[in-house]
Order: sequence, then C-alpha cells, then structure tokens
Amino acid sequence: MSLHPFAIELLQFCLLLGLAPAFAGWVKVLKCRVQGRSAPGVLQPYRDIWRLFGKDIVLAENASWLFRFTPYLVFGVTTIAAGIIPLVSVDLPLSATADVIALVMLFGIVRFFTALAGMDIGTAFGGMGSSREMTIASLAEPAMLMAVFTVSLASNSTSLTQMVSVMGHADFVIRPSLAFALAAFILIALAETGRIPVDNPATHLELTMIHEAMILEYSGRHLALIEWAGMMKLTLFFALGIASFCPWGIAAGGDIGSLLLALALLAVKLMVGAAVMVLIETGLAKMRIFRLPDYLGSAFLLATLGMIAFFILE
Amino acid sequence: MTPLDIAGFAVLLLLALAAAAPLLRSVRMLQIPLAFSLSAVASLAAVVAGVMTVAAGSVAAATMTLGIPGLPFHLRLDPLAGFFLVVIGLLGFFVSVYSIDYVKGYGGERSITQMIIFYTLFLAGMLLVVLADDAYFFLVAWELMAAASYFLVMYEDERAENRRAAFLYLLIAHAGAIAILLAFGVMAAQSGAAGFDGYTFDAMRTAHLSSGWAAAAFFLAFFGFAAKAGVIPLHVWLPEAHPVAPSNISALMSGVMLKTSIYGMVRFAFDFIKVFPWWWGGIVLALGLVSAVMGVLYALMQHDLKRLLAYHSVENIGIILIGLGLSMIFAAFHLPALAALALVAALYHTLNHAMFKGLLFMGAGAVLHATHERNMEEMGGLIHRLPWTAPLFLVGCVSISALPPFNGFVSEWLTFQAFLLSPALPHPILKLLIPLGAALLALTGALAAACFVKVFGVVFLGKWRGRHKPERIHEVGWSMRIGMFMAALTCLLLGILPTWVIGWMDTIPEQLCGGRLAESAGKFGWMWLTPIAHERASYSGPVVFIGILAVVAVTWLLLHVRATSVSRVPVWDCGFVKLTPRMQYTASAFSMPIRRVLGFLFAVREQVEIVPHTNHPALPGSLQYRLRIRDRFWNWLYAPQGEAAYWIARQVGKLQQGRIQIYLLYSFVTLIVLLVFLG
Repeated sequence: MSLHPFAIELLQFCLLLGLAPAFAGWVKVLKCRVQGRSAPGVLQPYRDIWRLFGKDIVLAENASWLFRFTPYLVFGVTTIAAGIIPLVSVDLPLSATADVIALVMLFGIVRFFTALAGMDIGTAFGGMGSSREMTIASLAEPAMLMAVFTVSLASNSTSLTQMVSVMGHADFVIRPSLAFALAAFILIALAETGRIPVDNPATHLELTMIHEAMILEYSGRHLALIEWAGMMKLTLFFALGIASFCPWGIAAGGDIGSLLLALALLAVKLMVGAAVMVLIETGLAKMRIFRLPDYLGSAFLLATLGMIAFFILE
Repeated sequence: MTPLDIAGFAVLLLLALAAAAPLLRSVRMLQIPLAFSLSAVASLAAVVAGVMTVAAGSVAAATMTLGIPGLPFHLRLDPLAGFFLVVIGLLGFFVSVYSIDYVKGYGGERSITQMIIFYTLFLAGMLLVVLADDAYFFLVAWELMAAASYFLVMYEDERAENRRAAFLYLLIAHAGAIAILLAFGVMAAQSGAAGFDGYTFDAMRTAHLSSGWAAAAFFLAFFGFAAKAGVIPLHVWLPEAHPVAPSNISALMSGVMLKTSIYGMVRFAFDFIKVFPWWWGGIVLALGLVSAVMGVLYALMQHDLKRLLAYHSVENIGIILIGLGLSMIFAAFHLPALAALALVAALYHTLNHAMFKGLLFMGAGAVLHATHERNMEEMGGLIHRLPWTAPLFLVGCVSISALPPFNGFVSEWLTFQAFLLSPALPHPILKLLIPLGAALLALTGALAAACFVKVFGVVFLGKWRGRHKPERIHEVGWSMRIGMFMAALTCLLLGILPTWVIGWMDTIPEQLCGGRLAESAGKFGWMWLTPIAHERASYSGPVVFIGILAVVAVTWLLLHVRATSVSRVPVWDCGFVKLTPRMQYTASAFSMPIRRVLGFLFAVREQVEIVPHTNHPALPGSLQYRLRIRDRFWNWLYAPQGEAAYWIARQVGKLQQGRIQIYLLYSFVTLIVLLVFLG
C-alpha cells in the first residue's frame, strides 16, 4: 500500500507543524542536562504556545499594520518552506516550488519582515536587533551560496528532491568536498537560526540579544506565531542539512513501510543532530558581534575549499 | 499598422507635444493633464509595438527621407529593439500618469512648459535610440536624450549643487559619447563599405573585423555605454545627477535611460561583432561584480533617500552586466543554450529594474512631495501619514531585495542558475573563479535587503524624527498613487508569471545567440519555471504567492474565531519610560556594523566631539558626532584629473598677459615662424 503524493505532502506539513515544538523542547532538555540544570520537559514549548494563544494582545500605541501582519507572514512563509524540504519522502508535489537557492530566499522574507517589525515601534532595541540581524545575514549569505553550490556539484542539481535521490540512492562514496561543505553549513546554520556563538536564543540581556530584540514588543498570538515559526525554522535547517548531507533513508515514493522507516530514521537523525548542536552551544561562548566577520569568513573559506576539492579531487 | 508604424506614431506624438507645449500654455488648466496623458498614450503605443515585435520575432526596417544628403535616417525594429521599447514605454506610461499630479506641485513656481518640452523630448530620444539603424541617427538620438535629460536635471537650477551635478553629468556623458562615436568609426572603417554606407548598422552586422579592431571597437563602445550606465568607476555623476532631478525624471533616468546603454552593449556584442573571445565577457563580468558590490555598499552608507536609490542603480546595472558577461563567456565557448539563459537573465533584470526602481523613485518623489525632505534622518513613521504610498513603496523594497514572489527575485535566481552552470565551461580556471562571482552576487542581494530594511524602517516605520509637526503631511494625489500602483502590480506579475515573460521574449536569444530557453523553461506549464530541466532547478512563483497568502488567511481566520481583545498601550521597551523619537536607530546607526566591517572600502571619517559639562568634567555637556563618507574613486581617479586640468590651464594662462604689446609680439613671432616653415 502506498500513499498518494498529496497525502505525503499533507503528512509532511502536519509533521513539521506538530513536531517542531517537540524538537525545540528536546534541544532545550538536552541543553539543560549537559549544563547540569533541571529540564522543563520536552512538551514545554507546546504549553508555552498554547498559553500565548489564549492571551490577549498588548500592542504598542504606535504599532502599524505591518507590525500586526508580520507574524502571520512569518508563519505562512515558514509553513510553505515545510512543504518543500523532503523530510520523509521525495515524492512531494510542492517540492518543485523552490530549489535550495529559492528556499534560502524564502527564509530571507522571514528575516526581512521580522527586521522591519523590529523597527516599527521606534525603540532603540528593535533597531539594534534589526541592524545586527541584517548585517549577519549579509555576511552569511555568500558562505551559504558557496555551500549550496558545492553540494549541488555532486548531484548536478539545486533541486532538493533530486539531490536526495542522487545522493541517497547512489553507492556511498566519501566526498571531501561534502565534508568541507558540511562544516561550512553547520557554521552558517548556527548563524541563521540564531544560536550560540552568534546569537543566544535564551538571552534577554539587553545588549547581546539580536533576534529577541526585534520581537521584544510582541505579545499574545503574535508572539506565539513567531515562536512557533522559529521552532519550525530550526527544524527545517536540520532537515535541510539532512537532505543535503545525510539523505539515506528518505523514501523514494509513498510506500507505507519505507515511510515509517524514513520517519524513524528522521527522528534518530534529528536527535543526534540536536545533540551535536547542544555540544557546540555548550562548549562555546557567544562571540562579540565584530568577531562574527571572521567566523562567517571561515565558513565561506570552508565552502570554497569544498568547491576546489570537488574540481581537483573528484 | 505594422509595429514600426506604431512606434513611429509614438515618437511623432511625443515630438508634436514638445512642439505644441508653448501653445498649450494658453489653456493653463489643461496643460499638465493633456500633455502627460498624451505622453502616456505615446508610451503605451511604444509598448504595443514592442510587445508585437518581440512576440512575432519580426524584423522591420524603414529608410526615412530625412537626414543629410547621402545618409538618410534608417530605422529598424527587431526583437531586441522591441524589448527595450517595452521597457521604456511601460515605465514611461507609469511615470507619465504619475507626473500629472506630481508636476502640479511645481505650478506657479517654475515653468511647466519647459518641463513638458524636455520630458517629451527625453522620452522621444530614448525611443529613437533603440529604433535607430545607422550610427549617425543613433548619435543624434543619443544626444537628444542626453541634452533633454541635462535640462531636466537642471530644472531646479537656482541651487549651485544642482548646476554642478548637471555639469558633471554632461561632461561624463560626452566623454562616453565620444567613445561611442569612435567605436562606430572603427566599425565603419573596417566594414569595407564605401562612403557613408559603412555607418549603417547593416554594414556593421556584415563587417569582418580582425580580432584587434573588433576588440578596439567593442571596448570603446563598452566604455562609452558604461559611462552612461554608471558602471564603476564611471559612476560618479550618477549619485549627483539623479537625486537633484525632479522625481519623475529620476525614475525615468534610473529606470530606463541607463538601460539604453545595456541595449547598446548587447547590440555591439551580439549583433555587430557576434564572434568574440571569452575574456571580453570576463571583463564585463568583473566590472559587473565590482559595480554590484560597491554600488550596494555605497548605497548603504547614504542617508539621502534619492541618492541612496541612485547608488542602487549602480548596483543593479552591475547585476545586469553580470548576466551579460556570463552570456558572452558562454557564447564564446559555443554553449548557446547557456548563453541564452544568461542573456535572458540580464534582459529580465533590465525590465525588472526599470519597474521597481521606477516605483521606488516615484515613491521617493511622493515622500518628498509630502514632507519636503530628502534626508532620511528627518523622517519616520510615515506609514501612518501615507497609507497608500507606504505599501506601494514596500513592494518596491521587497522586489529590489530579490525576495520571492516579486520580480527582482526571478531575474537574480536566473543569474544564479547561469552561475551554477559554469562547470560546463571547458576551462579549468574559469570553472574555479566564476562561482566566486556567485558568492559576490549573493552578498549583493543580502546587502540590498539590509539596505531596504534600513530605508523602509527609517522612513516609514518608527516615530517621526523631523523638526516640524508631522500633522502637515498628507497623502499624495490620485494620479501619483495610480502610477505607483501600476508599477507595483507589474512587479508582482513579473514575479509570478516568469514563464509567460520568458516565452514571450524567447525570440531575442534565438536571434542573438542561437539558443532558446522557453521550451525547457515552460515545459511544465505556466506555473513552473524550469530554466534548464526540472531535475536541475525549478521555481514556482504562483505557488509561493498563493501558498503564503492561503496559510496567512487560514491562520488569521483560525486565530480570530475566538474574540480576543487588543489593547493599545504605551511602548513597553523593557520598562523604559522616557522614550523619545531621538532614541530610535537612525540610518547611519543602522548601517554602522556594516560600515565597521567593510569600512576599509570607503574613505570614512568619523569624529566625536565631547564638550564637558561646566559642573564637572566627568559629565558630558554636549556631544557632536560627525560622519563623512567619500567615494574613493573620486580621490583616485577624478580629483587627479581635475588637478591636472587646472595645472595645464594655469600654465596656458601664463600666456595671457593682458597687455597689447605682448599680444602683438605673439602675432609677430607666429608670423616669423610661419614664414620660416613656408620658406
């Protein structure tokens, strides 16, 4: 028995919408354990979102329509992205909507509007967050593109389903280019999802926050949507990494058995990936913002080395 | 009527308007609406002619009896010319509609007749540039365009700054025009045709040039066109001249006048010379990359809204050149399908940039009209005062930042696809170097997004920073809103229907580089854009647009099932109470991290002066911050030239003694020397 592609698409939307908070909770639990604190439980993000949805909205008196529209847009764009990255099967009708480059640009919309919302109220914090976020994004973008380019060389494609099909179903070969690209991708993903050492998702310390500074004035369902979308974005970056570097197990069609296997493998990969991220985050301190060019520059260099390795060695 | 007739009608209507403008003064009430709605009609006619030509792939030529004896004016309308007619006509239409209310603002202060004459001549000149089919006529049209735009830049001529900008513009435009003239001369001399026949474009198409002469002709022409397009390092006039012109003129200059030089470059490379080595494309690509990155960085450093937009024109011309350079490289290696992809990317971006830059300059004009202010640091919170202009300007910001589903994204994405196909090149060094260009393009795109967050955030969001009361600010007139709305709608349509546009313009790459794109790009219907093959890469604007809207709508409905109250309260700001508008991030503050990271590319001078308080030296009394950012190219390239010119002038000036005896002596010596030579 096998599922219709549209059913898989629907399954994927539900998976991501439903499980992203659990994944974020899992990251938090692991982090607490590693740092010797007691953990709030994997389900805590669900409770947070639910509570926020129930609350009334407290809105600054000079907030414009853009401020109120942004949470919906951020949520909408992230959800669409969830339909594009193959999580459990490549047989997705919507995956042709965007290749990796277009996908990166989709996250660009999220960033653009979040940054605008940060400037809408007219506080210094909001502007500071927006300015820093856009600076970091500008410096991360070339590295991201080089990593994408290096990965696309192996499968001769930037379409995610094609990359998964070629890599996941070909014989296993060790590719030095991909090793470099993976290292670069990890550095960039940490920056793009606002983790340590670039930004600290847990801080509300005034002068160090970046993402939090932009969404400081949000409350109620607006905040819930932004938080939820943030969790989805984190999961999606992991899914993007899995699809590009470790796609083994993602089903080729809609066969129930292979879908279940894919789901189980996805869970394992996500848990392991989260553990790696938690170790990185615990081992490092947050960087000064003006050291970030070096950090992102090394990501760019790694990706470029990957490309050179491909042309020379492979 | 053939397309050429329609285009001819458009030009004649514009010229007739220029001639009739003084007569229209008698009907003062009707002068502005009549003149600009007729310009809109003429622009629309140009669009129709262009759309028909490109769709049919037809070539029509005509010889006019006008001109000098032995060299009549030649006209020709082929798909490439047709495409640029559409670019010029479309924005010309929007701007003409916009101008009806905009120009009214000058009523009583300045001569409206003058504006109408030069506006119509400017449009006619641009249309004639793309229609011309011989060097003589081309240069006449080119100069008509340059002279008309010079007078438009000078329109508010009581300010010394404007006169200086216009002079600089005229100077560099003419350095460029001389180079173009020389390029035509080289082509004509080498074409082998007798007399003036060598100056027709037909003779240049069939000319067989040796590689050296071909390179000389191409690079002379490239220099000339680059000076007009504002390619770095020939860009210095652009951020001076575009901001000081009236905003409807800035829209036309940035949106379409720069594009006539792209037209010239494509004409020279792909139509006249056709066979060229790859390094020509390499140079075009490299200059494109430099212009793109430096253009956007200089833009980020500006706080004058129109100046900032002018620098973004430098950036976008760079992006177009990147596509053009890639296309030339692919063509040189005989990869016609890839050359077609890169050329379509470049031309698509040409069209897109015309639309969103036109929209942004119109928006800047609306802001200027409403606030009488160009300095962004004196604005803020205009989204509340200009409820129509703000969302339309936002569309322009999103489009220029290359975010889906708007148009800027499509052409940049196509350029990225062209970059990613560079491993197909049979040249190991190029394979390694060209992808680095893609990284620079990614940097450009991300910096542009940062810059437009700054622009929209500082101008429209937050609180009013200006000195006078914001209550005076009111939304602009209807014709301005309609002009901007149509441009915004075009930005969206070009973004979600790229397969149609590419299918329509397929005749251009077919005629110029022998490759086609539409067949593979539109293989899966109008919704899916697959430039090479669906396994390679695909994008669907409609799905992105409708998908996002659908999710937004569903989420909104679900969250509004249960009534929750929204209470408006004072700003929280972590509990800080005494928040004032002066505490907001300014434009300079916003770009400070980037200035710090990439500041070595500019000549930045930052000064902080602290005057201590009289009570105690540890307390600051007043604080002054001065920031000055200069274009390094000015100091490197232009200032030495200017000094050299002064020095020569001073030396020559020594001859001028002002005494009649000395001048008589000069005459006498000259006479003697001449006699010696003749003897």
